[in-house]
Amino acid sequence: MFPGSFTYSRPGSVAEAVAALQANPDAKIIAGGHSLIPAMKLRLAMPGELVDLRDIGELRGVEVSDDAVAVRAMTTYNELRDNDEVAGLMPILPEAIQIIGDAQVRERGTLVGSLVHNDPAADLTAVALALGGSVHAVGSDGERDIPLDEFFVDLWTTTLELDEVVTHASLNRHDGAHMAYRKYAHPASGYAIVGVAVVVEKDGDTVSRARVAVTGATNTATRLTSIEEALAGKPLTEDNVQAAVENAAEELEINGDTFASAEYRAHLVRVLARRALLGTQQ
Amino acid sequence: MTDTQTMQKTRIRMTVNGQERTGEVESRTLLVHFLREQLGLTGTHVGCDTSQCGACTISVNGRSTKSCTMFAVQADGAEVLTIEGLAQDGGYHPVQEGFWEEHGLQCGYCTPGMIMSTVALLKRNPDPTDEEIRHELEGNICRCTGYENIVKSVRYAAERLRESGA
Repeated sequence: MFPGSFTYSRPGSVAEAVAALQANPDAKIIAGGHSLIPAMKLRLAMPGELVDLRDIGELRGVEVSDDAVAVRAMTTYNELRDNDEVAGLMPILPEAIQIIGDAQVRERGTLVGSLVHNDPAADLTAVALALGGSVHAVGSDGERDIPLDEFFVDLWTTTLELDEVVTHASLNRHDGAHMAYRKYAHPASGYAIVGVAVVVEKDGDTVSRARVAVTGATNTATRLTSIEEALAGKPLTEDNVQAAVENAAEELEINGDTFASAEYRAHLVRVLARRALLGTQQ
Repeated sequence: MTDTQTMQKTRIRMTVNGQERTGEVESRTLLVHFLREQLGLTGTHVGCDTSQCGACTISVNGRSTKSCTMFAVQADGAEVLTIEGLAQDGGYHPVQEGFWEEHGLQCGYCTPGMIMSTVALLKRNPDPTDEEIRHELEGNICRCTGYENIVKSVRYAAERLRESGA
């Protein structure tokens, strides 16, 4: 399969990358390329120019600060998975990464790329929402932090402007919190039919704060605030969890397709939310 | 898009199986096509064209990569290892030997990708469980073997590599 023609550039800095996007509205950023290239091969995407971030050294690596973990744009899934400090602080990241796509995808794909692409069935969109944080974007009008809760808009759509480059995603630390990600994967593609990510902070036995996010079910990953509210101040017992997830799907506009009906996905939302919440105690 | 843009070619250079190789490619040329059609390294197969089957798996800068899901221009300056570069001094690599000894192939179409993925898997995890082998090879699809003998081949190779301390 042959993608449409495009020009290829390798800027040496973020400023040059922004300039390239500004100069050509038909240009697209490429990082790991594992969403973009398959789409280009099918000609679902036909950008006139690819701006490859691989030469920009400042976009590599991870930075841990007192309250957040900053994951830079070119950091691959496996680099993140194999970072022991990150895994200790956010065990949900290696847990979720290890079931993304397949081994080759994990070797080249990036967390930031996944967030920016915002595939409705991506894994890390839900994980990032459950952790909370922001996306740092640089554009022709300067820099800004976009809270993750305001970042995902719709199918493959974010609040990012056309000439903005995301330099890193900053994920909030929840030291000592219990985290889990559970998904029912499409058997062929590995994408989430439904996936649920949870981050639960406790005070003794009771939940002080829970963050729960779902992917695969709706147009874009979203928080399940009814579950979060229902659990606050309660111990994480099976009965409380069951009661909290019971109506969780009702606040959502759930999609159906040939593989899983909307009704079945609603069922999966309840089941996987329960398993993820109870999974935090294992 | 103009005709000149379609025709425009970029000169690229990479190390393939230890040898410096150069070529001129369109930006849209996939790495697998550069390897097969320009360098004549046809051991790397194209099985699906949709980034799913893993037959085209190679190593790029030590990373296990589907060469159908990378443009050749992205590999400019890279160290590339393909199935042709595995055997050393006329002898099979232990993973190749494993697939031979344990009948890890029937038609052989997926085998180059299976072997390259196995090399990457065993580098990271020298003593994998069957479950880990199956999980790490999910990106490689075989239509013949039912995977049972592939798992055996990987176990055989893992043992050989551990014995040799490689």
